[in-house]
Amino acid sequence: MISIRDLSVDLGDFTLKNANLDVVDGEYMVILGPTGAGKTVLLESIAGLYPIKHGQIWLRGKELTKLEPDKRRISIVYQDQALFPHLTVKENIIFGLKVKKAARCEIEKALEQMVNLLGIHSILHRCPATLSGGERQKVALARALCVQPDVLLLDEPLSALDPLTCEDVQNELHRLQRSLHITTLHVTHDFEEAIAIGDRIAVIGDGEVKQVGTPEEIFRQPNSEFVARFAMSRNIYPGVIENTDSGDCLFKTGKATFFVANKNNGATRATIRPENVLISLEPLYSSARNNFVGKISRIIDKGSTLYIAVDLPPEISALITRNSFSEMGLTVGMQVCVTFKASSVHVF
Amino acid sequence: MGSFTFKRAEDNTSSSPVPDQKSAPKGLRWLHAGKMKIIFVFLGLLILAFITVPILKMILASSPAILLDTIFDSEVAASILLTLYAALIATVIGFILGVPLAYLLAKTNFRGKRLIEGLIDLPIVIPHSAAGIALLFVFGRNYFMGKAFNAVGIQFLDALAGIVIAMLFVSVPFLIDSAKEGFRKVDTRLENVARTLGASPWQTFTRISFPLAWRSIVAGNIMMWARGMSEFGAVIIIAYHPMIAPVLVYEKFETYGLNYARPIAVILILICLVVFIVLRLLVYRGEKS
Repeated sequence: MISIRDLSVDLGDFTLKNANLDVVDGEYMVILGPTGAGKTVLLESIAGLYPIKHGQIWLRGKELTKLEPDKRRISIVYQDQALFPHLTVKENIIFGLKVKKAARCEIEKALEQMVNLLGIHSILHRCPATLSGGERQKVALARALCVQPDVLLLDEPLSALDPLTCEDVQNELHRLQRSLHITTLHVTHDFEEAIAIGDRIAVIGDGEVKQVGTPEEIFRQPNSEFVARFAMSRNIYPGVIENTDSGDCLFKTGKATFFVANKNNGATRATIRPENVLISLEPLYSSARNNFVGKISRIIDKGSTLYIAVDLPPEISALITRNSFSEMGLTVGMQVCVTFKASSVHVF
Repeated sequence: MGSFTFKRAEDNTSSSPVPDQKSAPKGLRWLHAGKMKIIFVFLGLLILAFITVPILKMILASSPAILLDTIFDSEVAASILLTLYAALIATVIGFILGVPLAYLLAKTNFRGKRLIEGLIDLPIVIPHSAAGIALLFVFGRNYFMGKAFNAVGIQFLDALAGIVIAMLFVSVPFLIDSAKEGFRKVDTRLENVARTLGASPWQTFTRISFPLAWRSIVAGNIMMWARGMSEFGAVIIIAYHPMIAPVLVYEKFETYGLNYARPIAVILILICLVVFIVLRLLVYRGEKS
């Protein structure tokens, strides 16, 4: 297990205050945070490349805080892979073993294992400059894993790749991590990426760790407005909880009142995920308890899907597919019915 | 968890984190035949002619026979060899002492770094005869370093060692600056990765930083060597004898006149030209890769 205790980093525009994070052995932890300097520094601090002024880092009961980077057994893969441009793919991969003066047969064995694991036999003698983005990423992974590190750090490993390659590498990462059971910290600003790949997600923002949980928890039960926004829930409302005599739990925000399923009396925020909001031309008669009528105020086109913002008031966004959008013939100013279940309202 | 069909919502900047440099246009496309361009080209040609015409004329005006005679003149040959040799020693010393400093300046941040960078470039701006005088105040027979070196049998006044320190002083900024640029261009993350893979600071330097900065360091060495070879002012103050080629040119000119000085000057220029062309080729190939 790797533990980050009260870690503080101060970089001017990026600060991290007393960050605490525990990553279990073999876990794939995604650190999710907004774009900008900082997440890389966090990884570099863990790797020992960036001096730590406050806080401690422990790995399996041993303190690493003051240890030199070459003694930590923590490998890092940077966003642009940082392959050694003057060395061939093979020389890149065995670099770590070479500098540790490993025996030749040991190097050959480790190289073969990496080559088979990542399927990069055909590019072994090429120069990094001639490789595609996906190939570079595989080589960087092979180089990082060849030294059999205790922890693998990935700095935005997918964001420099085109969408197709990105999916490939993502699957590759997942497969590798599962087969090697290597503790992995993966930093990204991309929520979807985090959801797709992480065993758990740590959301950082405003210089602190906001929430740590499974993708499901982060997605369905954000504990703060920051996390909710990051999880791309557009519908976030301030308000108060009210319990009626008939046993209903209500959330009041402005003029609107939502039925809420889970009771959380201290809550001051409610969020409804846009994909849980239904739009219809006629009122629906269903078990869903929240039914409203409003005018479409905005339509945000995202390609295969669209966000339809309806002014109740307040404004609520629904996510619909392009097919439903054209079938229903929605336009701005049109009056529509809005429906969502009480259990879709998450209060916090 | 497989139902997230929507794409990243607010973050438009994330789609291309690496800017596409190839699409950037090269140069001002609208600057073609206007009046301004004609004037600028004319002025540029003037200064270009000013540089090349004297050199070309001198080279072309000397007959090959006289040049050959001159080169086999033992006095001339000895002075040219001495020049190359002394400049080489200066370059080796500059390499040993300068490259580590260049690495520190490129890869670390500390208070007073700008001051040190300024100090390194000082020899470029001060008059070289003044530099020679300044060196004598340290390496002269009656001064601190002069005495210390004298104890191990090294003298500076009118000696090879004096020529070397004069050349070293005026030419080492070129090596340090070039090596510094070379180290600066090495992506820090490459060095970081090397460390995490188990390389010690020494190994990281010898296997990553140095090989990647190598081209700039070699270019710096050649530049320093060429600059050392062409030094006159500082050398003549410390060591008129043994005579290096630039001093010989000066002496021939003073005692026999223009026609006697010219062949030696031409040979000197040709040697410098060869070194210079090698340097440009090296830099050009570096830019291409």
